[in-house]
Amino acid sequence: MAAAAAFDAQLARDIVDRRKSVPGALLPILHDLQTAFGYVDDAAIPILAESLNLSKAEVLGVVSFYHDFRRAPAHGRVLRLCRAESCQALGCEDLVAHLAERHGLAPDAQADSRGLRIESVYCLGNCALSPAALIDGEPVGRLDRDALDRLVAGADRGPV
Amino acid sequence: MSARVFVPGDSSALSVGADAVARAIAREAAARGVEVEIVRTGSRGLFWLEPLVEVESARGRVGYGPVAPADAAALFDAGFLNGGDHRKRLGLVAEIPYLARQQRLVFARCGLVDPLSIEDYRAHGGLKGLARALALRPESIVDEIVASGLRGRGGAGFPTGIKWGAVASVRSDQKYIVCNADEGDSGTFADRMLMEGDPFLVIEGMAIASLAVGADKGYVYIRSEYPHAYDVFSRALDCARAAGVIGASLMGASHAFDIEARLGAGAYVCGEETSMLESLEGKRGEVRVKPPLPAVSGLFGKPTVINNMLSFASAPWILEHGSQAYAEYGVGRSLGSQPFQLAGNVRFGGLVELAFGPTLRQLVEDFGGGTRSGRPIRAVQVGGPLGAYFPAALLDTALDYEAMTRAGGLLGHGGVVVFDDTVDMARQARFAFAFCAKESCGKCTPCRIGSTRGAETIDRIIAGQDRETNVALVRDLCEVMTDGSLCALGGLVALPVLSALDHFGEDFVKARRLGAAAE
Repeated sequence: MAAAAAFDAQLARDIVDRRKSVPGALLPILHDLQTAFGYVDDAAIPILAESLNLSKAEVLGVVSFYHDFRRAPAHGRVLRLCRAESCQALGCEDLVAHLAERHGLAPDAQADSRGLRIESVYCLGNCALSPAALIDGEPVGRLDRDALDRLVAGADRGPV
Repeated sequence: MSARVFVPGDSSALSVGADAVARAIAREAAARGVEVEIVRTGSRGLFWLEPLVEVESARGRVGYGPVAPADAAALFDAGFLNGGDHRKRLGLVAEIPYLARQQRLVFARCGLVDPLSIEDYRAHGGLKGLARALALRPESIVDEIVASGLRGRGGAGFPTGIKWGAVASVRSDQKYIVCNADEGDSGTFADRMLMEGDPFLVIEGMAIASLAVGADKGYVYIRSEYPHAYDVFSRALDCARAAGVIGASLMGASHAFDIEARLGAGAYVCGEETSMLESLEGKRGEVRVKPPLPAVSGLFGKPTVINNMLSFASAPWILEHGSQAYAEYGVGRSLGSQPFQLAGNVRFGGLVELAFGPTLRQLVEDFGGGTRSGRPIRAVQVGGPLGAYFPAALLDTALDYEAMTRAGGLLGHGGVVVFDDTVDMARQARFAFAFCAKESCGKCTPCRIGSTRGAETIDRIIAGQDRETNVALVRDLCEVMTDGSLCALGGLVALPVLSALDHFGEDFVKARRLGAAAE
C-alpha cells in the first residue's frame, strides 16, 4: 500500500472536484479521500458539503454511518481479522484471545508502539479457508497462532 | 507453442500462496529454459486443494494441488507440463468427484478461463445468451425468465421475471439495473468467485436485463471487504467496454448500456436492497419504507431492477438454453441450480452448485467430508447470520426454498457453515443479536433497540439469572422484531436465536454450561 499523504486542503478540493458531478458522488469521493490521506479529515467535511450542496451534518452523517471511514490518521500495518460465524467455527475468537494474552493487542484499538492495528471485520468471503484475515489488504487463509506470532514479530519492520 | 499453466488468482487461492506458486513456476521455467505461459484464472471452488495448478493435456486439464512454491522444481522434474506423475497429481480436474458430481450452470466457466479475456469467454460459450436476447423482443425476454422459474438468489426468493416485468411495464425516461454484490453473509463467497473468475457472465446477465426492461445504466455495488474482486471486476468492465459488449452500443445493437462498479464502505445492512439504493445515492445506508417498490421508484427515484449477482448470472444460461431446459433442474417451485457454499468447520469446503433439493447431509457429509476438526457435527447454519442453526438430527432437511421455510430456516444466499461439538450455542445466539446491533441502520426501533436488549438478555441467561423469565423475554422480543422491523436484518434475527434456543436449549442452562466447561 502506498503511504498516505498528510492532509492537504487543496489536494482534498481537487479530489472532490474530480468526481463531484458523478451521481451519488459522496461515497466514491470519501473512498478517494481515504485512499489519499488514510482517513477523512474533519477539514474535508465543509469542503464536501459546499461542493455537493449538502449540509455539513448530512456529510458527517454519512461519514459516521459507514464502518470503513476513519476519522483520524492511521499509521502502521493493519490486520483485518474476520470474526463472523464461519471463522468462529474454526476458532477466530481463540486467535483474538491469543493476540490479547501473548501480544497485548486488542481488536479495534489504536495502533500500538509496534505500529500494528487489529480491526474486526465480518466476513471476507474466504470462508472455506477460515480463519481468514487481510494483512495490509492481502488475503490470508487458515490463519493460526504461529502466523499471528510471525506477523507481530515482523510488524515493526514495515510492509513485507 | 509454449505450455500453458493455469494458476488461480482468486483471493482464496491467493490467501494460501497462489501468487508465490505462480512466481516459483515462472522462475523454475526460466531457469530450465522452458517456455511456459502462466494464465491466472478464477478458482474451481475446491478450496482445500488450493493453490490448484492445472496444465492442458489432450484429454483435458490435469490438476496438481495443493501446490507450494517449493514444489515447483519437483513438478518440472516430474514432467507436469505433460501431465506427468507427482504425489500432488490429482488427475483430470473435471473428473475429481467433488466437481464431477455438481451441476454447474452458473459456475461452468469459473476457474477455467482467464477472467479478463473476452476471447476466452466467447471461446467457452460466453455471450450466446445475450446474442439470443438481442434477437428477442423485450417482453419475450421477460417471459423466458418468468417461465424458467428463476427466483432471487439473494435470499427472498422473489421471482426474477416478475420483477423484470414490473420494471418493463413502467414508463420512464430513465431506468436502472442494480446488481447486489454486497455479499456480507458469513459462509458465502459465490459472488466474489464470479467477480474474480467469470465477471463477463455478470455483465452479460445485467445486459440481458437492460434489454428486457429498457435501461441504459447499471451499477454493481461491491462490498469493500472484497478489494480484489472490485479490482478484477472493474478491469473486466473496461475490457467489456473496449470489446463493444457494453457501452454506447450493446454488441453492435442500437441499445446503449453501461455499467459502473461502486464500492461499499463496510455496512452489512447495505445488502438490503433499499439500503443499497440509498448508499448508491451517496447517503447513509438506511432502509426505505416500502412501498413504493424499487421497480417503480428505485435508484434516484427511477424504476430499478435490483437483483442479486447470482440471479443476473443465471440469466445468460436461461436465454441460451431456454427456460424449459432450466426448469428441468430443481424441485417444486425451486427451479434451476443453486451455488451452495460450504464453509466453517468442514474438511472439503468450497463451491457446490447443484439443482435445488439436495439434503443438508449430502452437502456437509458427502461433499464436505464432515468437520475439519474430526469431531462430530453439532450445528449447521444455513443462509448467513440471519439463517437458522440446524442440529445434526435435521441434516436430512432438503435444500430448497419451501423445505427450508418449513423447517424454520431460509436458504438465503446459499451459505452453509458447519460447527463441531465444541460450539456454544448460547454464544452463537448472543452473537446474532450483537451483530444485528452493530449493523442495524437505526431506522426502526425493534431492530435498533431490540438487538441490544436481546444481547443483554442472553447475557443474563448465560449468567443464570431468572432463566425462565429471560427466555420468555427473548421469545417475546423475537416476535416483536420479526413482526415490527422494516427489513430482514431485524426481521430475521429471530431465526438464529430461536433455532439455537429450540434445538440446543441445554446450552442456555447455566449448571450444564459449567458442567460442560469443567469437562
